[in-house]
Amino acid sequence: MALSIVHRATGVALYFGTLLLVWWLIAAASGPAAYAHVQAFTGSIIGRLIAFGYTWALIHHAMSGIRHLVWDLGYGFKPSEREWLTWAALIGGIGITILLWIIAYAIGGGR
Amino acid sequence: MSGSNSPKSVRTPLGRVRGLGSSHSGTSDFWRQRLTAVAMLLLMIPVIFIVMSVFRSNQAGVAQVLGSPIVAIVMLLFIVASIWHMKIGMQVVIEDYVHDEKIKLISIIGNNFFSAAVALASIYAILKLSSGV
Repeated sequence: MALSIVHRATGVALYFGTLLLVWWLIAAASGPAAYAHVQAFTGSIIGRLIAFGYTWALIHHAMSGIRHLVWDLGYGFKPSEREWLTWAALIGGIGITILLWIIAYAIGGGR
Repeated sequence: MSGSNSPKSVRTPLGRVRGLGSSHSGTSDFWRQRLTAVAMLLLMIPVIFIVMSVFRSNQAGVAQVLGSPIVAIVMLLFIVASIWHMKIGMQVVIEDYVHDEKIKLISIIGNNFFSAAVALASIYAILKLSSGV
């Protein structure tokens, strides 16, 4: 499996994605006008895709990261265990991302 | 590893005892990368909960939530852990793929500047929301 490069790629994506996080926080601290710009962006198709992609990158990197922590502790090196961990990270990352967005749209708070 | 008195080793006894190697910082980045990873795994659930709770809020609603003490502290912890983690991670990526010494040096400086700026801007925003000015 070539998942370790995906771990790196999602890490690099999250790195530059922090610019969105900063923009959100600075806008919230600046006032309603600045925040309206953020909401206009996150409400657009591109914005929604980026937000969804960012969520997946975060969750996948976390799941894949747990796999690396397991290896750091000296477990999970048998071929079957490696395969299992990798598939769990891959499926878990996609599954949790979709679940989070369903929850966000269903019961996400605010207004 | 060669023995402590191996004639082939050029390391001094003091250097061997300190165990920091040529980077002078030993395995501290390796350790901090794991430490911040575990911190973020613990903080991720409350952070996701916070972000979801303001999913559709307007600016006043977001400012109120992010400015409340517990939320602000959780967000600050997550920001410090994540930016420390990503700074180390990006340095590893640069050192693995950038082999030209000048470009590598510029990239590492840029990584430090970017991480510091993102960290300070985020922390400033949270503190401003907390103080309500």
